[in-house]
Order: sequence, then structure tokens, then C-alpha cells
Amino acid sequence: MIRFILIQNRAGKTRLAKWYMNFDDDEKQKLIEEVHAVVTVRDAKHTNFVEFRNFKIVYRRYAGLYFCICVDISDNNLAYLEAIHNFVEVLNEYFHNVCELDLVFNFYKVYSVVDEMFLAGEIRETSQTKVLKQLLVYNSLE
Amino acid sequence: MPAVRGDGMRGLAVFISDIRNCKSKEAEIKRINKELANIRSKFRGDKTLDGYQKKKYVCKLLFIFLLGHDIDFGHMEAVNLLSSNKYSEKQIGYLFISVLISANNELMKLIIQSIKNDLSSRNPIHVNLALQCIANIGSREMAETFGSEIPKLLVSGDTIDVVKQSAALCLLRLLRTLSDIIPSGEWTSRIVHLLNDQHMGVVTSAVNLIDALVKKNPDEYKGCISLAVSRLSRIVTASYTDLQDYTYYFVPAPWLSMKLLRLLQNYPPPEDPGVRGRLIECLETILNKAQEPPKSKKVQHSNAKNAVLFEAISLIIHMDSEPNLLVRACNQLGQFLQHRETNLRYLALESMCLLATSEFSHEAVKKHQETVVTALKTERDVSVRQRAVDLLYAMCDKTNAEEIVGEMLNYLETADYSIREEMVMKVAILAEKYASDYTWYVDVILNLIRIAGDYVSEEVWYRVIQIVINREDVQGYAAKTVFESLQAPACHENMVKVAGYILGEFGNLIAGDQRSSPFVQFNLLHSKYHLCAAQTRALLLTTYVKFVNLFPEIRVDIQNILKSNSNVRNSEVELQQRSMEYLQLSQIASSDVLATVLEEMPPFPERESSILAILKKKKPGMSEGVTGPLKENKHPAAVINNTGVSYTKNSENAPSLAVSADLLGISSSLHQPTINSAPPASSNNTSTNLLVDVFGETTSPTAGGAKSAIGDGIIVKNEESLKKFICKHNGILFENDLLQIGIKSEYRQNLCQMGLFYGNKTNFQFLSFTPSISSPNNLSTKLNIQVKPVDTVVEAGAQVHQILNVECIEDFTDLPLLTIQFIYCNVQQKLTLRLPLTINKFSEPTVMNSESFFTRWKNLNNPTQEAQKIFKATYPMDSEAVKAKLIGFGIQLLTGIDPNPENYVCAGIIHTRTLQVGCLIRLEPNTQAQMYRLTIRSSKDTVSKELCKLLHELF
Repeated sequence: MIRFILIQNRAGKTRLAKWYMNFDDDEKQKLIEEVHAVVTVRDAKHTNFVEFRNFKIVYRRYAGLYFCICVDISDNNLAYLEAIHNFVEVLNEYFHNVCELDLVFNFYKVYSVVDEMFLAGEIRETSQTKVLKQLLVYNSLE
Repeated sequence: MPAVRGDGMRGLAVFISDIRNCKSKEAEIKRINKELANIRSKFRGDKTLDGYQKKKYVCKLLFIFLLGHDIDFGHMEAVNLLSSNKYSEKQIGYLFISVLISANNELMKLIIQSIKNDLSSRNPIHVNLALQCIANIGSREMAETFGSEIPKLLVSGDTIDVVKQSAALCLLRLLRTLSDIIPSGEWTSRIVHLLNDQHMGVVTSAVNLIDALVKKNPDEYKGCISLAVSRLSRIVTASYTDLQDYTYYFVPAPWLSMKLLRLLQNYPPPEDPGVRGRLIECLETILNKAQEPPKSKKVQHSNAKNAVLFEAISLIIHMDSEPNLLVRACNQLGQFLQHRETNLRYLALESMCLLATSEFSHEAVKKHQETVVTALKTERDVSVRQRAVDLLYAMCDKTNAEEIVGEMLNYLETADYSIREEMVMKVAILAEKYASDYTWYVDVILNLIRIAGDYVSEEVWYRVIQIVINREDVQGYAAKTVFESLQAPACHENMVKVAGYILGEFGNLIAGDQRSSPFVQFNLLHSKYHLCAAQTRALLLTTYVKFVNLFPEIRVDIQNILKSNSNVRNSEVELQQRSMEYLQLSQIASSDVLATVLEEMPPFPERESSILAILKKKKPGMSEGVTGPLKENKHPAAVINNTGVSYTKNSENAPSLAVSADLLGISSSLHQPTINSAPPASSNNTSTNLLVDVFGETTSPTAGGAKSAIGDGIIVKNEESLKKFICKHNGILFENDLLQIGIKSEYRQNLCQMGLFYGNKTNFQFLSFTPSISSPNNLSTKLNIQVKPVDTVVEAGAQVHQILNVECIEDFTDLPLLTIQFIYCNVQQKLTLRLPLTINKFSEPTVMNSESFFTRWKNLNNPTQEAQKIFKATYPMDSEAVKAKLIGFGIQLLTGIDPNPENYVCAGIIHTRTLQVGCLIRLEPNTQAQMYRLTIRSSKDTVSKELCKLLHELF
């Protein structure tokens, strides 16, 4: 299962943190820093997977942003790697060529996108069409 | 799609812009404080805030919180938003609550009420928001409140798909919080049938829930097997155009396929031949598709396809029943080993590790050895190299061990620091496991020390010593090799330790050669002495004194070193003591005594390699707030063809004593010179293990079941376990649910140092913890016991160590009492035990020949000097066991003295401060009658009686 999802920029600023385990605030901050340290030292020749404590991080870099998903060691690496990409494509469509600023100014909408695609640490919906249709309904509401 | 840059809430966008424009942290804090003051005054003053404004301010507070600042107000306004009818207001309210409000917040009652309202709303969007909120928070209270409602929502025909998806995962979250809300009975089949749902999104969500339910109750949910197989079959055989929305880069429903394949890994291969056939077809199709030309050059296409492929291979490995599929899987992974994508090479190595453990595919995996070795040498990413090491370890067997170990040794020279220690252990284990020739094993370990000395842990070099000591055929070779290794100009300290130990034991085996004569050996070792740490020097001192025995011709050289100022006056007390004592020993003792004291170490009891135990230990986990089951790390160990040395797992027979750590007795806190303590201690170990079997220790002696009343009505709780301590010094004295007491004692003449280890087994502190020793009758005049006080608080799970120094003044019969009082959870606890301190503990084995034995025997002819008992055997009359007990008792077993070889003859001296009592013992078994006659003669009548009493209970 997914333990948490993080979006961070290269400087380590968090653009999204979604937790599926109960951590206290200090522990969250520690995890955020550790993930940043682990992921940013890796280059394109490295794998997209890093062992992390008792778990692993599956991550992908898009321009200056790192999308990281922390999952169990036995989870399927490639499935989560593509889950990240699927999520990014939805964001891209939703925000018309998404950029970091969109995530800053619309942070509360990003949470809605996440909740449509992932819930309780599992994959909820994978169809981009279905997710976007639902998000459009929300946008049309007041 | 709307252009969304802070649309809807201008104030929020302005505020975020302001924050972004702040030039410094101080400016940012100032701006935030200004905003907080503004929001506070809005919330406090103006009662006419409309929904929009509330939403905007709550959203700003949320933003401020996410920047890392504390928010201590606004919660009520957020809860108010929940009852709004507008989606955007509700959404912000729920978001604020799931991010910011903890489960025990006082507003939780209100929140739960709002969620209840939304769950029963006719607007599915409101229901959905409520479900997502429950899934995000998932508190116990929510599980109790909604646990029975959500299954209804999940299977109801009126519920729309989007809500079903959330309901399934919401239920999963609540299950993880509170497992007794598992729906069962009629729900089971309805939930299982969600796998047949028309809506793929519902299946995608539900399969997660079903997977969790299956893990809790596989039998009840086994109906899911056939449904999962047919669903999978439909997806796998579908063309990518069939599934439209659920096709991802030309791959039909990759995530759902992956999940279904995982679901099936909860069960053995399907029993129903139809289902099984269909599943195998699916797996074949997936393997076939991997060979087809890609439908797209995009990495997304191949990733999605391979996500399914790897999961299929996991299932094939899990089933472990289709040799054909296993070999095909292996070939497929073999192709990936040389793929240009690092991810694929990594995953192929990882997956192949599992294949290597299946008997069907082990051989197929071995074909890729060369590629894996190349990966080890050329991969840029250390985690890939790590996987290559794992795979080499897993594919290793008797046929390729030398090659693989050789390659690993080669690589070790340049290996990353992060993986060296683990590699060293793996090499050490493989070398031991597959050694057919132990000279090879010795070479490997010495190479390890040479190449990566810093990473060779104690376990590794202890182990090589254990093996050399236990295997006579390799001792000479080992001595020769360590001698050669020492000659290298730069020599790792671990090498010095191993060499010191081995030469001290077996240096004589190579002393015939002029190039390694005693003097040369000694000089070579001593040339390293001053460069070594105190611990190593202490070891070398022991080697030197062992040389005194092995090579009398260099005794003077050694004595000169021992009495040099740098040793005798060394600031390390351990070195001082050893030098002094060894010097004295070498000067005073006769060659016979030296030969006995400095005798070659007895073999170590066979046991599982302690290195393996270390390797099995997993890395530390995520510390706080870990919820939900953690899956086990699947990295396999080498398991095939377990030949070579056989391990007997008798580690539980030596409780709480890290036996390997005692190997050299250096780190022992009891300052006892190694030579005095080590050989007897380990011979005791062997006999202890024998005794354990004899006494049938399976019925725990520590259960505290046996009680006996003494004198003034005190209940002694360890009467039964005392017997086993007559012949051993260390072990568990007592154990109940709260407390474990271990004992470790060392004796020297009439002195004893006893360590008591009090372990708190509970999750609470022990307060006012006071162990005290009392001597019944007039025991205090006979035993002088000094107790060091201990801390009065014993933390949960902690162990407290107490040292007792005992001096035996004259012989005694009573046992000291140990009374332990403490307060556990406000209840006073009291416990009285007898300390296993019997007179025989102060006995020293004495060697003598037949003549002197009988002379003494005859001299002790006063009737009071003899004690005799004729008794029926309680234990099997096994000669080895009897001998072990006699030796454990602390007396020398003498052979060739009694004309009847069946009889046991022993001698010992009991040391007390006032007197030394020589004891002669004869034990005559009569196997036909199952009887023994035990006769003891000593210079003191009370000693004879007491020894007779203690001994006869043992047989």
C-alpha cells in the first residue's frame, strides 16, 4: 500500500504531502527531509526506486519537481511508477500544461485530484477520462 | 477546462502571491501574522461572514499550516463549512479537517454528525466527500460509528459507481483501524462479486478491499479465486481498443491486472482444473506478449506492460508448480538483465533472486551467472549492484561456490562502502556453507580480512576460529597461512587477532620449519603488538602465555615481555592484570600444571553460524505511528542444496549468553584471565548441553511451578531448577510473566563472582526494586557475600545487572536466599529464591595417578571421613551423560585407576579460606539392578556428607 505521496521541488519545498499513515508532525518533517536527501542525489542512470527505511520510494522527476510515492517493499515498482505518470497526465490536463505554480495556487484542488485517484493508500481510479470528467463536475459546481 | 490560477478566491491568490514575494523568512512570518490577525478578527467580530468568506479564510489558514506554521483557531469555522450545501465550501471544510484535525479533537462529535448527514444525503457528491473524509482520517471512533453502514452502501444497487469506489476503500481503511468490523456471512459473496462489476473503476477499488479481507480470512473469501481468474482472463485477452478508458498506452488495465495477479498470490494454485488451466493460459499470454514487438516506443507502454509481466512472474514463482512457466520466466528475465533501462535490469535481478530459490528454475538462473557478475562490475547505480550481490548469493550452490565467492572477493576490493559489510558476511557464509575443502574456507576468510578488514565483524573472525578449532584437518594449514599473512608489511588488526589466536593454539604445528620456528613466530606477532588496540594486545598476551606452554625454549623471551614496564604498568587494567598473572603463572607453575591450564581449547559446540543470524536481522523500521501490517521483505537467502556443515540450533540452550561474544572472554566484565576461565567455561558449555538433554529441560525448570516451604514458611520458587545448577554456572534461574533472572558465575579457588541479571519482561517500570541476600542459620559465618546495590527502577524491557562477590570461609550446607521485592503497577511483589551456590562450586579438579589415588584413599580411613549412598538410578545410566555430570560437578574424572572400567573415579580439592579439603569419589554403577553405589572420602566429614547428598541426586 502507499504510505505517503510527496511532491517536492529541487530546493526541497513541499508542493504536496499526502499521508496514509498516522505520523506526528515532527516525523512528517523528518520524512520529507529524508526523502528529499535520498532522491535528489540520484541521476538519470539510476533506477526510479530507492529503498527507504522498511519501505521503498518510487519516484519520477518532471522538470524541477520530484513526484515520490512511498510503498511497501513487496509492492510492484513499475505499477506505481506509471501511477505517478498517470497522475501527472491528469494534472497536466486539468491545469492545461501544469507547472509548479499551479500546484501552489491551487493546492486545495490538487488534494481533490489525489483523492479521486488514490484513497486509503490504494489506487482508486486509473482512467484519466473518468477522473477528469468527475473533476469537471466539481468545477462546475459552486 | 477552466484556467485555474487561484480562480474563485481572489483573496487567497493575493495572499499566496504576497508570501511568495517575501524576501526573507522574517518578512514571511510578518505577513502571516498580519493575515492571522485579520482572519481572527473576521471570525471574532463580524457575525455576518458568508460561506464564501468562511471558505476563503479557512483555506488561507490551511495554506499557512501547510507552510509549517501552527494554527490554533478556525477549526469551528471549518466544521461549519461541512453543513454548507455548496460543494466548494464543503470540500474546503473536509480538507481542513482531514489535514489538520486529530482524531481526538473535541470537535470530533460534531464532525461525525456532519459526516452522518452527508452519508445519508441524496447528493452522491456529498456522500463521496464524506466517504473520502472517513478514508483519510480513519479513526477508531469512525470505524465504530460507520463500520456497519459502509458495507451496505458498497453493495446497494442504488449506489452509483463513483460512490462504490470510495466506499470500498473507505471500508478498507476502517478495517485496518479496527479489524473486528470485517463484514462476513451474507456480505462475503456480495463483496466478492464486485470483481464482476461492469465498471472497471469499481473493480480496481474493490480488489484492494478483497485482498485485505482475504489476508484476514482466506477460506471465507476463496470464492474470489475463480472470479479473479476470469476477470484477468478477459483483460489479458482483450485488445487494447476493447477497454477504452482503461487502456493505458496500449496496455489494457495494467493496474487492475497487477492487483488481480497479487490477489491470487494469497492462495496456492487453484485446485479446480478448469480455473487452473485458465490461469496458466493467462500467464502464458502475458509471457507471450512480452515477446511481441512493442506497440509504442514510449517508456510508459513498456513500463505498464512489464508491471503486469513482473507481477505474473511473482505469481508463477509463488505457485512454484509449473516448471515450464518458471523456466520461461527465467529466460524473459535473462533478456532484461541486458536491457538498456536500468529499472528493468534492477527488477530482473530482484525477481531472479526469487527464481533461484525454486528447484525448477535454480539451474536456469545459474546460466546467467556471467551476466550478473558483469552487472556487479559495471552497474552505475549501487542499488543495482546490491541486487547483483543478492542474486549471486541466492544462485550459489556447491557447483559454483568457488567461482562466485571468487568474484565477490574480487569485487570487494572496489565495492561501495555501503554494501561492504553485508558482502563480507555473505562471502563468509557461502564459504562456510559450501566448503568441501576447509583450506579453501580459511583462505577465503583470510582474504576477506586482507581486502576488507575494517568490515569484517567479530562474528566473522570468531567463526573462522571456531571452525579451525573444531576441524583438526585444517589446523596446520591455518597456522601456516596466518603466519604467512602476518608477514605482509601492512596487516589488518583483525588479521593479527586471528593469527594470534590460531598460533597460540596451533603454532606448534608449524614450528618444525626453521622459517617459522617458535622464536620467529613470537617475534613476528610481537612486531605488531604495539600498533594494536588494547583488546588485541590482551589477546596477544594470552597467545604469549600459551607459547610458554607450547615452546618452553622461548619462555624467557616471553617473560621479558610480560614484565616489561609497558605491560606491567600499563594504564589498561586488563593488560596489567594479564601480564602479572601470566608472568606469575609462567614462573611458578610446574610444566604439568601449565600443560593443563594452557591446554588446547576444546571444540566449540556446533551451532548455527552467528553471521547468518546477523544477516537475517532486518533494517530498523519506521519509528513512529506505524499502522497496518508491514509486509515482509522478500529478499531470499540461499536455500538450495544445503550441504556441508550441518548446524544444530542449540542456541536456545544457552539463554541470554551471547556465546560467540564470549569466545575470547575479552569483553567480559568479569576480570578473569582468559586462560583460567576460557577452557573450563567452554568445557562446561559442552557438558551443560549434555546435561540439558539428560534432565529433559523441555519441561521448563523456570516456570516456578515447584514450590517448597522452608523454615519460617517462606516459599522458595526455584527449588526444581536448582538441581540443574549443581553442574552448571550459567543459565536462567527463574522466570515468570514479569521477571526473568539469569545467572552467570565464575569461580576461582574459594572465590566466586556471580552476576545476576534481572530482566523486566513487562511494558511497565518496576519501582522500589530491591534484591537482597540473606543467609539462613549460621551460613553467614561460612560464606562471606558482598552485594553491589542496584538501581531501584527497572525500566520496561530493561535488564539490570547485579554483581555478588562471594568468599567461601568454610564448608557449608545451606544455600543463600535471594529475596526480590518490587512494585509493579502499584502492586507489591515479593519473591524468594535459593541461589545455586553449592559447596562443589569451590572444587578444583585434581589429576593424580592410580598409585597416589589409592594411597590417599587408604589414608582417609576414619569412618567419619567416608560417606556412602546406595541408590536407584533416576536418569538413564548413560556413561557419557554420567561423565558430563561428574565433570560439571567440578571434579577430575580419572581413568585407568579402578580395575573395573565401568566404575567412575574422581578427585578434587574444595577450596575454603580456612582449609583445603581433598575429596576422592567413586561411583559404581550396576546397570542390571539400575542402582549406583556412591562413596566419598574427604578429610572433612561434613564435606563428604554434603557432596554425597548433592551428587546422588544427579544420577
